[in-house]
Amino acid sequence: MNDMTPEGYTTADGRNIGGVVMEMKNITLRFGGVVAIKDISFDIRQGEIRAIIGPNGAGKSSMLNVISGFYNPQEGEVWYKGERRPPMKPYQVAQQGIARTFQNIALFEGMTVLDNVMTGRLREMKAGLFSQAIWKGRAEREEVENRAVVEKVIDFLEIQHIRKTPVGRLPYGLKKRVELARALAAEPSILLLDEPMAGMNVEEKEDMSRFILDVNDEFGTTIALIEHDMGVVMDLSDRVVVMDYGKKIGDGTPDEVRNNQDVIDAYLGVSND
Amino acid sequence: MPDQFLYATEVFINGLMAGVLYALVALGFVLIYKASGIFNYAQGVMALFAAMTLVGIMNGQVPFSHIINAIFGTEIHHFGWHVPAFLAILLTVGVMVIFAWLVQRLVMRHLVGQEPIILFMATIGLAYFLEGVSDLMWGSEIKKLDVGLPQGGSFWIEDMTAGLGSDNFYGFFIDNLDMVATVVAALLVTGLVLFSQYTKQGRAMRAVADDHQAALSVGISLNFIWVLVWSVAGFVALVAGIMWGTKSGVQFSLSLIALKALPVLMLGGFTSIPGAIVGGLIIGVGEKMFEFWIGPLVGGATENWFAYVLALLFLVFRPQGLFGEKIIERV
Repeated sequence: MNDMTPEGYTTADGRNIGGVVMEMKNITLRFGGVVAIKDISFDIRQGEIRAIIGPNGAGKSSMLNVISGFYNPQEGEVWYKGERRPPMKPYQVAQQGIARTFQNIALFEGMTVLDNVMTGRLREMKAGLFSQAIWKGRAEREEVENRAVVEKVIDFLEIQHIRKTPVGRLPYGLKKRVELARALAAEPSILLLDEPMAGMNVEEKEDMSRFILDVNDEFGTTIALIEHDMGVVMDLSDRVVVMDYGKKIGDGTPDEVRNNQDVIDAYLGVSND
Repeated sequence: MPDQFLYATEVFINGLMAGVLYALVALGFVLIYKASGIFNYAQGVMALFAAMTLVGIMNGQVPFSHIINAIFGTEIHHFGWHVPAFLAILLTVGVMVIFAWLVQRLVMRHLVGQEPIILFMATIGLAYFLEGVSDLMWGSEIKKLDVGLPQGGSFWIEDMTAGLGSDNFYGFFIDNLDMVATVVAALLVTGLVLFSQYTKQGRAMRAVADDHQAALSVGISLNFIWVLVWSVAGFVALVAGIMWGTKSGVQFSLSLIALKALPVLMLGGFTSIPGAIVGGLIIGVGEKMFEFWIGPLVGGATENWFAYVLALLFLVFRPQGLFGEKIIERV
């Protein structure tokens, strides 16, 4: 990582990564007396796959929730596209182009796959209430345009066969994929994935890894993901932040992190003699 | 054709039309319940408030005139103008939107994430509060509402059908107002269904109804959607208020139509717009036919309880209603 410059760097497999899109500066998050995140700083660069890993309870999900606006940190600054982001509601963050998925899947169970993915496009639809009520002009045009984008995403993630199925009826692995589709449909500048592989079998994990790589490759989407399956993370990501007990104990390429003594201690435990 | 059959047909048609009016009230409940999980007890009072506001605006009444006169010793009651019906309806819609915004801002926003029973209690409080406000604002006397809808039996239908039976049969008696209400309800429901299926806000409404967290993550403002839903419910309440108010005068018993909507909801399911319609029709037809056939045998007045007994049966055998989402707990 010695060749890292403000403009970007080149990964081991030869992809060009751009400048900083999002920067977390000295973030501290407390719940009452419990410190979930303690003075953490790191950045996310254009086009990279950035992982946040750590043992259970390390504060990974809290970090993701800070990025997506579900939590507001007590201290520290979030910088997005070169500007300091004031405290925001989650929906405002989403409107800025940061899409996310959830560890426990948050889909609209009663709606079809197509409708679920269409909600990802809400940000792009700006027709007024009146135009929509009569469904003419802008509203109709937008619906058609956005539908085209959605169909492309559905096609890309290979879920065409379940387009009209209510999400509630789908198996777990497919639900995860639909959630990814909904986030992707927003054409986000940063895609946040909260444990995309949690609860999956090996085959499903391989599928999901392939989709994540393809998304990054095909659309150039910047991806930040949380995962505690070390093997998966090391194969997928360009750079990794390691957290333990709310603190950052490592940051770098998978190889650097793998050889970091603090990280090895955190994952394997350390004897106290 | 035998007269008995013709009478039954007439009762059936009238039952359908009564059912439409029940469905109109039930619709308001379904909208709010779907989007926020709140059973809005105040829906009936909202219909009353909307109808009173409409009459008040049309007659140029000064709102809160009793209080104003009591405090300042003045004697003002009317502005002295009459507002045309169409404009008055638009203004009333505006008032209902402001009301929706206030409810969201002052009450529901502070109760997000509370138990359903607490939200329900809040709407009971809201109902009585709104009833009091309506009284203070527009006075408590019974008012006549006339927005230009046709009333009384349709002579045309009576003449056309008189020849069907024997000399004792005078033709179907069908109220013009009921027919207008049916058309209006049909338009309203079609509009609502299309809106919720094919527009951005409609989709956002359904999304919020389904999962709050997921809705936030795709950039939907919950507050905005809730205000929108309460506004739409207020609009539906206005339509119901106009129909019932034209039929039987704008009076405080109007708020009790909410109770008639309960069995409709139990039949149709709390979460289904088509369910509210079908439930309303079944109750309307059911109670009229029951009164027609069984009523004379048991001394009449079955209309008062028939709907509730039917609802009870549904609760026992099909608690989710005809169209409601099936209640399944996965373990």
